[in-house]
Amino acid sequence: MTDATERTVRSRKSSRWLNRDRVSVLLIALGCVALLLGGSLLYPGFLKPGYILQQLQIAAFLGIIATGAMLVILLGEIDLSVPWTITGTAIVVISASGSSNPLVASLAIPLGLCLGVAVGLLNAIGVAVFRVPAMVWTLAVNAMLLGAAVFYTGNSRPNGEVPWLATQAATGRTFGIPNAFLVWLVVAAITIWVLKRTVYGNYLYALGNSRRAVFLAGAKVRLVMVATFVLAGVFSSFGAILLLGYTNQAYQGMGDPYLMPVISAVVIGGTSIQGGRGNYIGTFAGAIFITLLSSILSVMQMPPAAREMIFGAIILVMLLVHGLTNKKEGI
Amino acid sequence: MMTWLRQNARETIAALALVILFAGYIAIHPRGFSTYVVTIWSNQGTLLGLAAIAQFFVVLVKGIDLSVGSIIALTNVMGSFLLNGSPTSIALGMVVVLAVGVACGLVNGIAVVYGGVQPIVTTLATGGIFGGIALLLRPTPGGSIDETMSDALTYAVAGIPVSAVILVIVLVVLLVLLRRTAVGLGLYAIGSSEQSAYMTGLRVNRLKLVAYGSSGFVAALAGTYVSMVTLTGDPNIAPSYTLNSIAAVVLGGVALSGGVGSPIGAVIGALILKTISSLMFFSGLPPLAQPFFEGLILATAIALGALGVFRVRSRLELYR
Repeated sequence: MTDATERTVRSRKSSRWLNRDRVSVLLIALGCVALLLGGSLLYPGFLKPGYILQQLQIAAFLGIIATGAMLVILLGEIDLSVPWTITGTAIVVISASGSSNPLVASLAIPLGLCLGVAVGLLNAIGVAVFRVPAMVWTLAVNAMLLGAAVFYTGNSRPNGEVPWLATQAATGRTFGIPNAFLVWLVVAAITIWVLKRTVYGNYLYALGNSRRAVFLAGAKVRLVMVATFVLAGVFSSFGAILLLGYTNQAYQGMGDPYLMPVISAVVIGGTSIQGGRGNYIGTFAGAIFITLLSSILSVMQMPPAAREMIFGAIILVMLLVHGLTNKKEGI
Repeated sequence: MMTWLRQNARETIAALALVILFAGYIAIHPRGFSTYVVTIWSNQGTLLGLAAIAQFFVVLVKGIDLSVGSIIALTNVMGSFLLNGSPTSIALGMVVVLAVGVACGLVNGIAVVYGGVQPIVTTLATGGIFGGIALLLRPTPGGSIDETMSDALTYAVAGIPVSAVILVIVLVVLLVLLRRTAVGLGLYAIGSSEQSAYMTGLRVNRLKLVAYGSSGFVAALAGTYVSMVTLTGDPNIAPSYTLNSIAAVVLGGVALSGGVGSPIGAVIGALILKTISSLMFFSGLPPLAQPFFEGLILATAIALGALGVFRVRSRLELYR
């Protein structure tokens, strides 16, 4: 059987209520509950609304960046330029906002998002036009961004001002609920609508399944690919601006710790790394799971090394559970 | 001759680029062509070259290994505990280090083959685990390596760097194994089409484990050689080796889609990368601008390698 027929068979099978996507979401939800309960045994504060709301706030930064990563992964590609897109955006926004020219200062946030668009376009040129494997090309783009940032800042911490709006969006609260989480909810609602109800969303899944078939069907494959990489860049920059509002400073390497968690959140959420399968609720739950996990590991005062190991081990176990249930469905 | 060139076009172009870059490096280097300069270059190139070969084995069977750097870091750290003392204990230590490398590779292989997890996410997770163990064993760089052994393996004999000899021996052995044995050819077969290989009766699962195990073995060689060159165990070297090993195999004409390429190509790619960064160092560019140009050159090189897309007759060939 070829890949394509296999997938059709599988998708027909999975029309039951408890299909594979729902199983993954359920698994992560259970995982989150287990983490909270386990944590509360050690520290009673874990089940208090204050702690949970704070975790949701932090998860929002990861979740928004993971949205872009998920789109690219659905396409069957990968974006490894996330870390320095985040750092680059933070540097651009903080320096523009601190500029003495009031026009530049007021345009700080749009300028940051423009950087995301530019990075996305650069990624798309390599992947969609030159057909370089995304894994390598986005890595090279990441290296260039790193170089540009180092050159621009002279290897010191960039000075400037964090825009008021970014601080408000990242740390403010509305009716007691963190604004960052509300922003993420809006992003999530739009993403789910786009993936389920628009032509673009359908093309995205179709391209992840069989690029050749979509091309033969007459779709503008390159356009969809370019749009996806640009969207991913914008989401990275958007997340970076919120992150900037939260940390209140930009520094070299501030995006580096985000690459692994972002990809893990997407993949744990049940999105196939080969593309074409996955839903946003999974990514949403995945981002919360990863945030809770790292929070609990740091509260337990694990040394960073042990934290890294446990992190890796838990992700591997989640993936194995996915992989083995997949096998049962008869691949 | 012409057919050979056409069959190995990517490797040939990469080799030409390497020769030009190397000539530029020698011309620009203040000490010119000398045993000292070539030995340093060769030692550095061998480190990345071995990492690239480790990556090559996994890429050959359509995988990707994001844990190569972590395996190198782990074996390097283990080497810093085990590779000193009496000759017997060094030999034993060597065996242990190599066995750890193979075990790491097999863990990846088992998760991919029997766990049904995609290589990229498996190795992302195991990379965290291996790197974590390395950090636990040695939170900060340190340890000691037997200096006689290090000197013997990192200097030059009769003007020829020992590292170059090691690299050539590894390459020759691997080439013979890959091109002249059933197992080696089986790996290429799996990379080109797993289904056909399976239907031909190849033991696909077992062969894949061989590929991942070999990758771990070569990564352990790289880790040991890092110990020899730096004389310390450093748990923080993982990321740069992982990234550069992937870039190296692509530059050397190994297809990420599997089944195409040779360890020679991977090593040439690694040497190109090493030469570029050495060139940068002596180029007189302001140090702050160097990372940018390094990235730019890497991107240009990769894009040039991909120019073949403009020769395809039907765009259908581009989509699979």
